[in-house]
Amino acid sequence: MTGMLRLQVLPILKQINKKGMAGMIILAVLVTLAVLAPVIAPGDPHKMAGVEEIMLPPGWDHWLGTDEVGRDILTLVLYGTRISLLVGFSCAAISIFIGSVIGLAAGYFGGRVDDLLMRLTDLFVVIPRLPLVLITVAVLGPSLVNTIFVIGMLIWAGTARIIRVQTMSIKKRLFVERARSLGAGHLHIIRRHILPNVMPLVFANTVLVIATSIYLESTVSFLGLGDPTHISWGMILHYAFVSVALTYGAYWYVIPPGVMIVLTVLSFTMCGYALDEVLNPRLRRRK
Amino acid sequence: MNKKNYVLKRIGHSILTLWLILTLNFFLFRMLPGDPLRLLFTDPRVPLEVLEKMRVQYGLDGSLLYQYGKYLLNTLQGELGMSFVYNMPVSEILVERLINTVILLLPATLLSILLGCLLGIVAAIKRGRASDFICLSLSQLLWATPAFWLGLIFMMLSSGFLPLSGMISAGMTFDSIWAKGVDLMKHMAMPMCTLSLVMLGQYAIVMRNSLIDVLTEDYMVIARAKGLSRVRQLFSHALPNAILPVMTLAALNLGLLIGGAIQTETVFTWPGVGRLVFDALLRRDYPVLQGAFLVISSCALLANLLADLFYKLIDPRIEY
Repeated sequence: MTGMLRLQVLPILKQINKKGMAGMIILAVLVTLAVLAPVIAPGDPHKMAGVEEIMLPPGWDHWLGTDEVGRDILTLVLYGTRISLLVGFSCAAISIFIGSVIGLAAGYFGGRVDDLLMRLTDLFVVIPRLPLVLITVAVLGPSLVNTIFVIGMLIWAGTARIIRVQTMSIKKRLFVERARSLGAGHLHIIRRHILPNVMPLVFANTVLVIATSIYLESTVSFLGLGDPTHISWGMILHYAFVSVALTYGAYWYVIPPGVMIVLTVLSFTMCGYALDEVLNPRLRRRK
Repeated sequence: MNKKNYVLKRIGHSILTLWLILTLNFFLFRMLPGDPLRLLFTDPRVPLEVLEKMRVQYGLDGSLLYQYGKYLLNTLQGELGMSFVYNMPVSEILVERLINTVILLLPATLLSILLGCLLGIVAAIKRGRASDFICLSLSQLLWATPAFWLGLIFMMLSSGFLPLSGMISAGMTFDSIWAKGVDLMKHMAMPMCTLSLVMLGQYAIVMRNSLIDVLTEDYMVIARAKGLSRVRQLFSHALPNAILPVMTLAALNLGLLIGGAIQTETVFTWPGVGRLVFDALLRRDYPVLQGAFLVISSCALLANLLADLFYKLIDPRIEY
């Protein structure tokens, strides 16, 4: 394990460009904020204050002001980090799993299997994501688990395509043929010979999938299909939209959650592209 | 494979995908827990005969397979059912809303393509330098910005001097078509800016990368060696080749846009398909959702097919 770390991970880290590094630093900060939210948040996210603390502009007691029921915005935004990262990582895990299974099967077996799986993949590439996610969440009922499940189930198509193409090129290599002539079964070849060679590409793709998931979740929550028992950035903006915040000019209510969404999505995409540049030989020559 | 076979194959695949979309659309709404009719008529005093009649009207009678067949047949005839809320055929509502969406989207798309390409060209020509970094960072920033958030910010900034919701001032009578046009423009300004800005980044990035690739080609070296002016080099040698991916992206986006306008239309209460979807989601107006989803997906499918065929036909380098 340490050998793999030294031989595979470190060289990759060394080649990552400045933007990728900046993205990673932002991500590290975000993860720290999410983990430490209960410790560093100045207040209780569910505590509603009295009338005198409603819609306060930023000040000493509340650095980012308060919302229409007197909750501290900074606390809400910090807790929102937890939900967004949780959604991002869980959705990516689901979608990478489905995408890998379908991509590997289509690329490795080819023929009829490939045709069938690729038509299915086409369907999920073509259908606009947001409407499908919104409608499915509405049908299943808004909850955090449903949102994660639905987003994960619907965004695997890109991953499947990448893995399929890579699998098709690797299965023609000599070492696969050698393994087969030595009597290795399909599952063994896929697991021991193809998967390790496909994984680097998947890695970069995963980071981008996380960004997409976070973006989708915030939109779903903003449009009123979020889980009311959890605080996410999209949810805060939803409350800002349906409350008097906009006509009141409560910039402190609207700006912070959005900045957090942009920062998170941006840092994940920057990391993703930086990793892709290192891991994807096709892109390496472009400078 | 020759060209004709390729085109036929692509069309065949698209029809297959359309069938899958229809099937998904049918079963998605059958996943609802309980009897859909009971969602509509929550009053337990509604007599059974009325319920049965309604069941037939909404296509909910008979076995699942029978319902599926009926759904396919009706949809192919343009029959999308009745809205639970508006008490109007879904197809009529959709046509009206689609027109409003297109009124907003067409100028917004054109603006974003224009500005995006400009930004991308500047970045590509100055690649590696400070202006490239600024253009690229700006594009990535805009690309990561949620449309609904940008919309909220614009709304806050413009409150007081621009109307914030709807398409035309309600209850107003206009002296001339010009006055009406001005009113429409006032309503359109902010949603259009929001949409163009969030779309712009994508075009800029694609334009930049594509142009950088083209600029390293041998024929660009020759163009330079012939002593052509930089403007000639750019406009008659580089851009015609570099614009292809941008056009494909534009065609693909046109299909996705109708669904993507949900955020902006919701924030600014623009009476298009996007806002219709939002309202239908809140009121659980399932026939409208089903119809809207079909239209949104079909547009995307069609755009996808056209973009693909267009790309293959226009670029002679592609083999079949």
